[in-house]
Amino acid sequence: MAKRIDVSGLHVYYGDFLAVEDVSMTIEPRSVTAFIGSSGCGKSTFLRTLNRMHEVTPGARVDGKVMLDDMDIYGPDVDPVEVRREVGMVFQKANPFPTMSIYDNVIAGAKLNNKRMSKAKADDLVERSLRGANLWEEVKDRLNKPGAGLSGGQQQRLCIARATAVEPSVLLMDEPCSALDPISTLAIEDLIHKLKEEYTIVIVTHNMQQAARVSDRTAFFNLAGTGKPGRLIEMGETNKIFTKPDEQETENYITGRFG
Amino acid sequence: MTTTTRPKSTGSAGEGPQTQRSMRTGSLPRYAPAAVLAGAAVVSSAALQALGSFHLVTAGLATAVLYTVVIVGASAAVENPRKAKDRFVTAVVYLCFAAAMLPLLSLLTTVFLEGITRLDGYFLTVSMNGVTPSMDAGGVYHAIVGTIAITGMAAVISIPIGLFTAVYLVEYGRGRLAKAITFFVDVMTGIPSIVAGLFVVALWMMLFGPGNTNGAAGAVSLAVLMIPVVVRSSEEMLRLVPQELREASYALGVPKWLTIVKVVLPTAVAGLTTGIMLALARVIGETAPLVLTAGSSAVAINWNLFNGQMMSLPVFIYSQVRMGGAVNMERAWAAALTLIVIVMLLFLTARLVSRLFAPKLGR
Repeated sequence: MAKRIDVSGLHVYYGDFLAVEDVSMTIEPRSVTAFIGSSGCGKSTFLRTLNRMHEVTPGARVDGKVMLDDMDIYGPDVDPVEVRREVGMVFQKANPFPTMSIYDNVIAGAKLNNKRMSKAKADDLVERSLRGANLWEEVKDRLNKPGAGLSGGQQQRLCIARATAVEPSVLLMDEPCSALDPISTLAIEDLIHKLKEEYTIVIVTHNMQQAARVSDRTAFFNLAGTGKPGRLIEMGETNKIFTKPDEQETENYITGRFG
Repeated sequence: MTTTTRPKSTGSAGEGPQTQRSMRTGSLPRYAPAAVLAGAAVVSSAALQALGSFHLVTAGLATAVLYTVVIVGASAAVENPRKAKDRFVTAVVYLCFAAAMLPLLSLLTTVFLEGITRLDGYFLTVSMNGVTPSMDAGGVYHAIVGTIAITGMAAVISIPIGLFTAVYLVEYGRGRLAKAITFFVDVMTGIPSIVAGLFVVALWMMLFGPGNTNGAAGAVSLAVLMIPVVVRSSEEMLRLVPQELREASYALGVPKWLTIVKVVLPTAVAGLTTGIMLALARVIGETAPLVLTAGSSAVAINWNLFNGQMMSLPVFIYSQVRMGGAVNMERAWAAALTLIVIVMLLFLTARLVSRLFAPKLGR
């Protein structure tokens, strides 16, 4: 189910502005890959190219190749909508649909696509997804209450349940814990550990301890300079990146000499 | 790094010896404003009475001025200058509020008192068919029918056009075309209603030949006035829907059009209904274009928008006032009250609908 992502020579643009320059990397299936780097260095922008969410912004485009197993997601006959069904995403700010109940939020992927589903099947999917997101016990008695009434951490886990309910093969997480307290963060990190058995997970984080805790591999991004595009500096096993990175820039960043 | 020592030094300077400043000031008792207001009212009415020029308006003005002077003076004496300023601004704000509310209240009470004398079941269910202008009979039923039919059709025309335009502008519109549409919508907002009426008269003349006035023409002229209002208000409401919700939907593999239909519109539905109701309320009272297009002399009940003249409430009021008799004035007031009640019902429905659809945050 989980798929490998192979990026080669990817340039990311906003109009004429080159935001991320020449990234090539391989993201392994059934593992957690963390993107770290200072603000504005393009890691979120790069993450959003992996499910073609980048091009939602007017004028945004990319150059290069992103292979999902053996399919080029930027191929000429590829529908971005299908790509996004395959590559799910969790955002920095929890964004449950305010017009929907908790139950409807979980099956939103099917509901919004007008897919018919028997009640029993939907019930089963809701329970499975919410259990998968470690949220079932907390909300099982109020599934028909609005999703926006949950706490921030619960909302974020609801969003994860919603993303996994469409059964993608890759899950992108854009700073999923940056607005959460330590307890909720811990809950989400536990969840990431559990999810990596089934999914390819890519997580952007500002928190280096978090990257060290949850990820198997880490990629460090940095700006070439003010006004210059972001670049991938180094990628490798998390242990290695945090103990003896190859690049001086990486060492400066992880030891807190800048950023 | 070197700058971090700075705030510390200024901090210690602040703690240095300084003249003790009292944080306490006296304060006027809580009942002071009410008491002063009552006093001002009594004093100013008495004074005006003594001068022999008592009038409700002058008395009110004098009370307001006297109240402001006394309360600010008292506050400056007992409290501190900041509180005195606060009292002054509070008085001015309330005064402005009263000045804005009084005409409205006066209008509503006048229409109600004048209109209620004739507004009854008979008036609402009988037309003016066969009633001579000065006869003490007849009613407004045909005008209600006309108003409902014409504004209904205007709504049917302009709500889809307005909504789709707004969706285009917010979700798809880029570049020149979107800018041009926005510009022309703004221009349309400023079209005088009589011009909209003339436009439709000319259009009907061209399409159906001279002498053709009917309800549909009235509805089209109202739609010309209503569309820009619907576009502008819907556009604002759709822009308020957070981009994150659209992205959340895209991330689930939902196509753009389904995202708009099932996420954006439902999230904005409360605001959209309010905007549409406001637009309806704005055109329901239009008179000039209807006189030109739907006719002003119909007396019989006519539900057919495409055949014959159609009376409507504003035009009914206009033609009755022009006749000038006492009975006619009574009819005009009663029709005005009917119109206001219809608009209020519209607003009530709008509030109800918004409350029903508004995103809920309860637990």
